[in-house]
Amino acid sequence: MILTSLEVDAKAFEVRTGWALKPEGACKGDICVALPQNAARGGQLDARIISERLGMPLIHDADTNVWCLGPEAMGHALTTAQAPELELPDWLGKPFHLSSLRGHKVLIVTWSSW
Amino acid sequence: MWQALRNELHPRGLEIVTIALAADPEAARVWIDQTKPNHPSLIDAAHRVDELFGVINVPNGIWIDEEGNIVRPVEQAFPERQTAPDWQKLADSPDIPEQLRETLQLAKHIKIQPQEYTAALRDWVANGSQSKFALSPEEVVRRSGPRGKAEAEAAAQFELGHHLWANDRPDLAPKHWREAHRLQPDNWTYKRQAWSLADPFQGQSDLYDSCWVKDVKKIGAENYYPPLDLTPARRN
Repeated sequence: MILTSLEVDAKAFEVRTGWALKPEGACKGDICVALPQNAARGGQLDARIISERLGMPLIHDADTNVWCLGPEAMGHALTTAQAPELELPDWLGKPFHLSSLRGHKVLIVTWSSW
Repeated sequence: MWQALRNELHPRGLEIVTIALAADPEAARVWIDQTKPNHPSLIDAAHRVDELFGVINVPNGIWIDEEGNIVRPVEQAFPERQTAPDWQKLADSPDIPEQLRETLQLAKHIKIQPQEYTAALRDWVANGSQSKFALSPEEVVRRSGPRGKAEAEAAAQFELGHHLWANDRPDLAPKHWREAHRLQPDNWTYKRQAWSLADPFQGQSDLYDSCWVKDVKKIGAENYYPPLDLTPARRN
């Protein structure tokens, strides 16, 4: 998740990473990680605390002063078998949400032109 | 490539979503425009699916059931073909650049399992959660690939590199992409994306430490795609 400051909007963070802010902490699937009180203030999360508690790398590009908060390092690429929400444009530029296919079996296949 | 299988299985409840990994979306659109697929055909410029699902190569497939649960995580995913692809004939042509010849000759030794994959897919479409190929949630997580500190940082480095590349600082992208390559050497989408922007044949360039031919030779072309694990594993 690209950041221009070390404050992260909690809603945007949930949409992007699947980690929701709840009274018990940050939760994704069946997993909840307790957060210290100073992790969230007025709907904003402190990226440094989130990085440390959820094992998300926080890297910085010094030339442009942009940060990137990576995915949680919890042992496996998937933390839960619940499919994450995926929003991507289709080839005509129209937004597509993976969740719009609930009720169907879905095969996702990656490809490239390179 | 997937249209025939989609036409066969869509009436039985399967949708196929193809996702082009393309830092330059236009490069993918040109190809998609030729086939005008009737299934969702998406473009993932930042390789978001690597981070979200653990994708490490193309083609990689993921199965998701009607309730939104992943029942098979990332693995090689090839459809059946009736004839050998054109590139195999091209590999023996005397009129192609040496770099391309070496790449295509090496690619001939890559092992793929289209028959086994599509048979398993048909079984799942027919039998749903009773299919022996539908995995338990625990098994899905276990098979989804490693995500330690190195792999997590590789995802962040790739994303930051792409952000800079797509926002008028392409000169700053390679240092982050080199880091992504170093941290997660078995992620081929991070490597091939960067190499292809430096050289159309993904050959050695000044920007990166390696190239496709060199890295594939290192692991052996036959190991390029991990073999499918179709061990029966019923969901409880």
